[in-house]
Amino acid sequence: MVNPQMVMYEEEFHRIQTVVDRLVRDANAKVVFIVDKNGQLIAAAGDIDNVDTTSLASLTAGNIAATGGMAKLLKEQEFATQFHEGEKANIHIQLVGNRVILVVIFDTKSSLGLVRLRVKKATEELTRIFATLVTKAQEPGADTPFAEITDEDIDNLFND
Amino acid sequence: MSFINYMAREINCKLVYYGPGLCGKTTNLQYIYERTNPEHKGKMISLATETERTLFFDFLPLSLGEIRGFKTRFHLYTVPGQVFYDASRKLILKGVDGVIFVADSQIERTEANEESLENLRTNLADQGYSLDKLPFVIQYNKRDLPNVAAVDELRQMLNKTNVPDFEAMARTGMGVFDTLKAVAKLVLTELKKGGRQ
Repeated sequence: MVNPQMVMYEEEFHRIQTVVDRLVRDANAKVVFIVDKNGQLIAAAGDIDNVDTTSLASLTAGNIAATGGMAKLLKEQEFATQFHEGEKANIHIQLVGNRVILVVIFDTKSSLGLVRLRVKKATEELTRIFATLVTKAQEPGADTPFAEITDEDIDNLFND
Repeated sequence: MSFINYMAREINCKLVYYGPGLCGKTTNLQYIYERTNPEHKGKMISLATETERTLFFDFLPLSLGEIRGFKTRFHLYTVPGQVFYDASRKLILKGVDGVIFVADSQIERTEANEESLENLRTNLADQGYSLDKLPFVIQYNKRDLPNVAAVDELRQMLNKTNVPDFEAMARTGMGVFDTLKAVAKLVLTELKKGGRQ
């Protein structure tokens, strides 16, 4: 299938959320989130009420896409890690299993060394979870709930 | 690549506005942004040059309401239209669920339209997509300008596969939501088909 859907199930979501919640604590981070390579936010933890995670998600994906494009030109597979240092906030971006992006935002309460260490551990766990997710979504019978929708349902969406 | 989240009961889709430089892709998004209730939209992001030409992309998240208990969210992107930004255009097409081709109706932009449509086909093919299989609509923009080609002519040149097409004046908003609704419908219909496979 040219256009495979990414699917998130409850069980895997909880496992991912657990990893993300723990990473916020272990890395002393402000915010941690996971985005797919197309910019869709998958999970977030930490002080998320004060950041626009939707915008950050799309910009992160754009950033990774641009860096990936540069890598290709240099005959590199990917640049899997990026770090941006600001005056108050820093962003650590890590590609996980070439599928999703793990973003850690932190300030002076943490350090790059600590973040890298914790991200490494979380990346291993997340790689396993997302591999399960992909297998699960490809199993026969993994129907979308949309098989049942009618043309009327779709029309109703646009009636207001 | 749509993203179905059973946990959040959400379905996310990516739409891309494509077309030659200055055809009005960003203007489409700006109009949608202005006319959408705050609770249905996120922030619009424009990565543009100092002269307000799109450098990388514009981004606008929209939520259209619920379908069978699932929130439908659409992420709208534009590409930079200028020819030399081709590498960026390719990146933005990754994971696209539906494409809107915005054509500039002015006679002098005929060639630019054809070139951009061809470029869209090539760039999609590079990602393993075929334009003929994707939800795809065409918008003939700038109908309010004096030197425009007839719609039939534009149709003959650009809409050989007879996809839904719309006349528009993105600055005033005419045709903007019709175009968006048409492609969103096609994307949802495609999802429905996907569920049956």
